[in-house]
Amino acid sequence: MLADRDRIFTNLYGMGDCTLAGARKRGHWDGTAELIKKGQDWIITQVKESGLRGRGGAGFPTGLKWSFMPKNSDGRPHYLVVNADESEPGTCKDREIMRHDPHTLIEGCLIAGFAMNSNVGYIYIRGEYIREKELLQAAIDEAYDAGLLGRNACNSGWDFDLYLHHGAGAYICGEETALLESLEGKKGMPRMKPPFPAGSGLYGCPTTVNNVESIAVVPTILRRGATWFASFGRENNTGTKIFAISGHVNSPCVVEEIMSISLRELIDKHCDGVRGGWDNLKAVIPGGASVPLIPKSLCDDAILDFDWLRDHQSGLGTAAVIVMDQSTDIIKAIWRLSKFYKHESCGQCTPCREGAGWMMRVMDRFVSGKADIEEIDTLLQITKQVEGHTICALGDAAAWPVQGLIRHFRNEIEDRILKEKIPA
Amino acid sequence: MLRRFHHTQPDSFEFSEENLKWAREQIAKYPEGRQVSAIIPLLWRAQEQEGWLTKPATEYVADMLGMARIRAYEVATFYFMFQLQPVGSIAHIQVCGTTTCMICGAEDLISVCKERIATKPHQLSPCERFSWEEVECLGACANAPMIQIGKDYYEDLSRESFETLLDDLFANRKPIPGSRKGRFSSEPQTGVKCLAEYENGKAKFSPAVSLAQIEGDQ
Repeated sequence: MLADRDRIFTNLYGMGDCTLAGARKRGHWDGTAELIKKGQDWIITQVKESGLRGRGGAGFPTGLKWSFMPKNSDGRPHYLVVNADESEPGTCKDREIMRHDPHTLIEGCLIAGFAMNSNVGYIYIRGEYIREKELLQAAIDEAYDAGLLGRNACNSGWDFDLYLHHGAGAYICGEETALLESLEGKKGMPRMKPPFPAGSGLYGCPTTVNNVESIAVVPTILRRGATWFASFGRENNTGTKIFAISGHVNSPCVVEEIMSISLRELIDKHCDGVRGGWDNLKAVIPGGASVPLIPKSLCDDAILDFDWLRDHQSGLGTAAVIVMDQSTDIIKAIWRLSKFYKHESCGQCTPCREGAGWMMRVMDRFVSGKADIEEIDTLLQITKQVEGHTICALGDAAAWPVQGLIRHFRNEIEDRILKEKIPA
Repeated sequence: MLRRFHHTQPDSFEFSEENLKWAREQIAKYPEGRQVSAIIPLLWRAQEQEGWLTKPATEYVADMLGMARIRAYEVATFYFMFQLQPVGSIAHIQVCGTTTCMICGAEDLISVCKERIATKPHQLSPCERFSWEEVECLGACANAPMIQIGKDYYEDLSRESFETLLDDLFANRKPIPGSRKGRFSSEPQTGVKCLAEYENGKAKFSPAVSLAQIEGDQ
């Protein structure tokens, strides 16, 4: 188990003092100005060397992303945008940072903003997180009052303003270009790439969009050193990571652990095991709704990191582990995700707008068994026609859970259809 | 998804003095000429003032931000948190129904809503004080199943604890938000397995629940 002294989020449960004074006691905002004075190149190099990969789902190396920002301004301002639109089903990790350890994020914003030549940052929080918004705003106000934000922020010589902005209930706004559209006051419909946000993002200016956790871990990485962070996890999958475990475990929880922890260790140590014991496990969705599930046979040896899960046709996503025991109607569980994607498709691209509805309607009938066996392949074909044919990854995200279900539980779908056909 | 404004609309809308001041502060967060960025927060404040988002309110905000009204209609109908029809005057109950909550019992909560509030979502109860809807993942999955009422999350629910919660609301009592299983926040129910040093010093309520305890802030 990760030792408490190696935790970045030491107030994850909100049991300690959430104020600035409390955060300072836990070691945050310590020597921030000195870190900034080491320069932009030093910061970006450290983040690269730490091996930090984006915590929002895609796992793109954070330091590399920062280095895409133009080194010198052409007159346009640079923007840092923090993606706090946490809405991937199963995911509830950034919420804990924002409501209980907000100063990790605020300090991270200042450092990241400086590293990318940005004097302004926006945090885009999902609309439903109203208490989280109030708590984070209170922390931002506190930081301003203490001179940690604003002109000559934290006596670093860098001016940095940080604003909190909220959405109003659209999953698609977690996609970075949809988020930028929404932040500009429009419907959250993704943009074509290129141009990428680093060239033309918010208001047509160079912009980097990062997940909350990716930003919030940076100050501690700089203070304790890239090698410290890189000492956790397997090669190319380094660091600590916040996992959110939900569903059929004895004690669901959110916890920071070592990247590349085994699924079984995570569940047994932190969640008191699977409900009814490990052998009662049926399947796990390891990274939030958009990654394919893995069945019990793979769970036995599963390692929770980007590469292991990708090699086994799934993904780490946001590290939102949804556990399902033998009592679960697995077809219905995935049907509910199809319903989710149908509801959340923004309607811009035809394959996703129409395909998400088709997938849900076929899944509807698989749940009741009122379908033909051949339709399983038809459904698989539909998923292939949606996947990769849309502007953003929502189409892929809608297709993958269904593909995962057919890959591992085709027999259950067939059984149900046959049972319905043969009168009892 | 097709969403339209309600068939019956009030004649006009105006921000209260306090909200107008607040709105001007919000607009100042964005660069000169980019005040349209403030539309979602402003529409949201209009909804908080009226209980639901009316067409006159949408137009008022559009005019205030100097944008074409059609662009404001687009925003109002795109985002699901904007309630385009009247909701219960005491509580609009939003039940999370996505997979984690579903496999942990959200369907029971929805049947309670159908039995005790209205058979259909977005329909007012006979007393017009309550309404409900099923919403997509609210991001509190380690505390499933859960609901949102106003600003607050009520977590770790069961059919029984949800019935008790409704009893309180029906009797005009404001229930305490947070876990119904005695959890502080998202730690394991059997007790913290890390960061134990903070456990003894913890407050009675978590920060979010404490905010809800401030009188009148619901």
